[in-house]
Amino acid sequence: MNTPQLRVTALSKAFGGVLAVDQVSFDLAPARVNSIIGPNGAGKTTLLNLLTGIYAPSSGTVAFDGADVTGLAPHQLAARGMARTFQNPQIFFNMSALENVMVGRHLRERSGWLAAMLRSARLKTAERESRAEAAELLRFVGLGEYLDAEADAMPYGALKRLEIARALGGKPKLLLLDEPAAGLNQTETQAINALITRLAKSGVTVVLVEHNMRLVMGVSDHILVLDYGRKLCEGTAEHVRNDPKVIEAYLGSAEQAAC
Amino acid sequence: MNWKTPRTGGLAALAAVILLLPLALANNYWYEVAILIGINAIVCVGLNLLVGYAGQISLGHAGFFGLGAYGSAILTARYGWPSAAALVATTAGVALLALLVGRPILKLKGHYLAMATLGMGVIISIVIVTEDRLTGGPDGMSVPAFTLPGLSLAGERTWYWITGIALLAAVWIALNLIESPAGRALRALHGSEVGAQVSGVDATRAKVGVFVISAVFASFAGSMAAHYSGFITPGKVGFFHSIELVTMVVFGGMASTFGAVIGAATLTLLPQLLTVLKEYEMVVFGAVMIATMVFLPRGFLPSLMLELKKNRK
Amino acid sequence: MSAPLAQYLLTGLTIGAIYALVALGFAIIYNASHVINFAQGEFVMIGGMATVSFASLGLPLLAAIPVAVLAAVAVGLALEKFAVEPARGASVVTLIIITIGASILLRGLATLVWDKNLHSLKPFSGERPIELAGATILPQSLWVLGVTLAIVLALGGFFGRTLTGKAMLAASHNRLAAQLCGVNVRFVLLLSFGLSAALGAIAGILIAPITLTSWDVGVMLGLKGFAAAILGGLGSGAGAVVGGLALGILESLGAGYLSSAYKDAIAFVIILAVLFFMPNGLFGMKSTERV
Repeated sequence: MNTPQLRVTALSKAFGGVLAVDQVSFDLAPARVNSIIGPNGAGKTTLLNLLTGIYAPSSGTVAFDGADVTGLAPHQLAARGMARTFQNPQIFFNMSALENVMVGRHLRERSGWLAAMLRSARLKTAERESRAEAAELLRFVGLGEYLDAEADAMPYGALKRLEIARALGGKPKLLLLDEPAAGLNQTETQAINALITRLAKSGVTVVLVEHNMRLVMGVSDHILVLDYGRKLCEGTAEHVRNDPKVIEAYLGSAEQAAC
Repeated sequence: MNWKTPRTGGLAALAAVILLLPLALANNYWYEVAILIGINAIVCVGLNLLVGYAGQISLGHAGFFGLGAYGSAILTARYGWPSAAALVATTAGVALLALLVGRPILKLKGHYLAMATLGMGVIISIVIVTEDRLTGGPDGMSVPAFTLPGLSLAGERTWYWITGIALLAAVWIALNLIESPAGRALRALHGSEVGAQVSGVDATRAKVGVFVISAVFASFAGSMAAHYSGFITPGKVGFFHSIELVTMVVFGGMASTFGAVIGAATLTLLPQLLTVLKEYEMVVFGAVMIATMVFLPRGFLPSLMLELKKNRK
Repeated sequence: MSAPLAQYLLTGLTIGAIYALVALGFAIIYNASHVINFAQGEFVMIGGMATVSFASLGLPLLAAIPVAVLAAVAVGLALEKFAVEPARGASVVTLIIITIGASILLRGLATLVWDKNLHSLKPFSGERPIELAGATILPQSLWVLGVTLAIVLALGGFFGRTLTGKAMLAASHNRLAAQLCGVNVRFVLLLSFGLSAALGAIAGILIAPITLTSWDVGVMLGLKGFAAAILGGLGSGAGAVVGGLALGILESLGAGYLSSAYKDAIAFVIILAVLFFMPNGLFGMKSTERV
């Protein structure tokens, strides 16, 4: 590829004595669906947290769209076009579904405090537009029926999609999803699958951390396999499925889990 | 204007109360109580933005109130500044202080944040008591009346209307902020700080912003209190008053601007009513604090709304 | 060592021991319930005032002291049962207000039961100052240091070696897991309040002969004890002791060399400075938020 959208070089993260992510390097091309898989404890979520600024790396660099973004804070990465969801949806339960999505638009809104306190007319128009766009996003992720709902009244499956709607509010170039299918049933998982494909088609690069192999194999253009914090293998679904190291890592873990 | 929304309905109701209350105020004493309620309410509306909406803690806000009071007092009484200039300078000074200490303090969370704000408040009150050449120490100091060219603002009636208008303005500003994108960002921070951060909200900047605004509200109210009473003492600057303020906000219901006003009214009125109990005042006040938090942990107004909603069904 | 420095250090160590005891009380209750007990200072007050009362009724000190401690323990248990337990799960701010309300209530009761005057307690073993390293130390100070040391060692043994102590520690780290292992968490809570009350009361009794006691002696002591607990890192017993001693010594040095008028402010300036650079205190557990 020419300029990868995301270039990760020798990224590492140590917690005390534990090396959760160990010298991981990879490139991601734009507008593709990329998945990060690996046995439990492989460091997938830690890697995601490193990429999105939740953790600062112990060493290594991350470049986004050619610019070095190593160690930037989450809100700074959001300003550069990165958005993410969490394993445990970080929903604002003190607000409505619509308002949750509106927060996703934060960087595109007029967030000046003086204008806010004095309630300028421009703000009122902007608010109307913001609500309309948020409603559109809710419909896009299939939550049209929750337009008037409070976030704390929504079922778990809907919350996962609500978080995606919020993440899309900032019109991100790169969207990272942490186990979007966790806790969802067959139908809901298929809906997520369709949503991810739609997003990639519309030009958004998607990075998926997932355990659900059917979803991963079905939707991914590129897969990265982690084990014990290290990159085990990467490539197409076909390539990864047949890699002996990957098979051993998964089968090995399965045996241990069976004890 | 939609009279039915909580916002305009509430503002109208508040304006009506302020307009009609004088009919019920029998003498200067009750006017004084009303003014005191108004002043506390202004502080609480600001504090509520910080504690109720943004989900932070402050056990030192009486410090800002005190700085506002003593700032205006010292500049006018000791240095002969005109009252308006003193007010502006004091408010700006407090805003600057809040900006400077806010940044490191608000990086803290939970009990550590509580301790830091507590420490800040205690330090301010100790400084005020100790620098007695400037402040008159524990005995306090007198404050000249607030004067504008050709006009001297004094007396219960005048200050009642000034306080009423200031309170309405404070509530209006607070409501505007809450319903704006900036306000939404604050509420999001309270809902999930990391969720807000990945949505682009600069958590520290937002927290410091609301901290500064709440400090300005408190300082302004302090300046008002100083000029109105004509005399200030360190009594309203210490830890105890900081706790009173937080209790007012919590009692009124967090994340409710009108609740903050009601909380201020209730807990300003309570000690006045309790003075009849003389030596039992502290015991009863303490017991009331415990009881309200145990039985109405969400505060008075939200619990009331919940009851009304249940009955409507 | 210069005479003033030695004097400041000894004074600081003495008051630091008291802060350490109060801070330990905070730490124990916090560990058991995640509540900051702002009424902790009032246990100190009750210890001192009750001893004065019982002594004036004719009881010898040897009897008055345990009775006073028991009185404080009873208040501590009542506090847990009637103010803290009913508010299980409430927010941090709500719990703070509850314990502050309790502290106001207790102080109000103190003015009713006793009065608003200062009271003195006879020193345990006389008033003749002892010469030490060019400075003078009161015999009472030796009592303070000695008893505090004994208590810290005893608590170390209790938490480290006895089953009950370990159960309390377990409950503080993970309440649910402890419950599943059969730890009676309710009992742990009551025990923690009782223990903290005893610690506070003992501190109050130890220091009363030196600094006098009154209905509101607990306010500043409580706040400074809290600062010491935070300094050491909330939840760490060792941290509370180190924090208390450090705070006492630094306060004494500051009052001696910088400004005695601002003595009370020193503790809070220190705590603010520490928190700005070490947001979890000196020994605090730095927990990484898992998302």
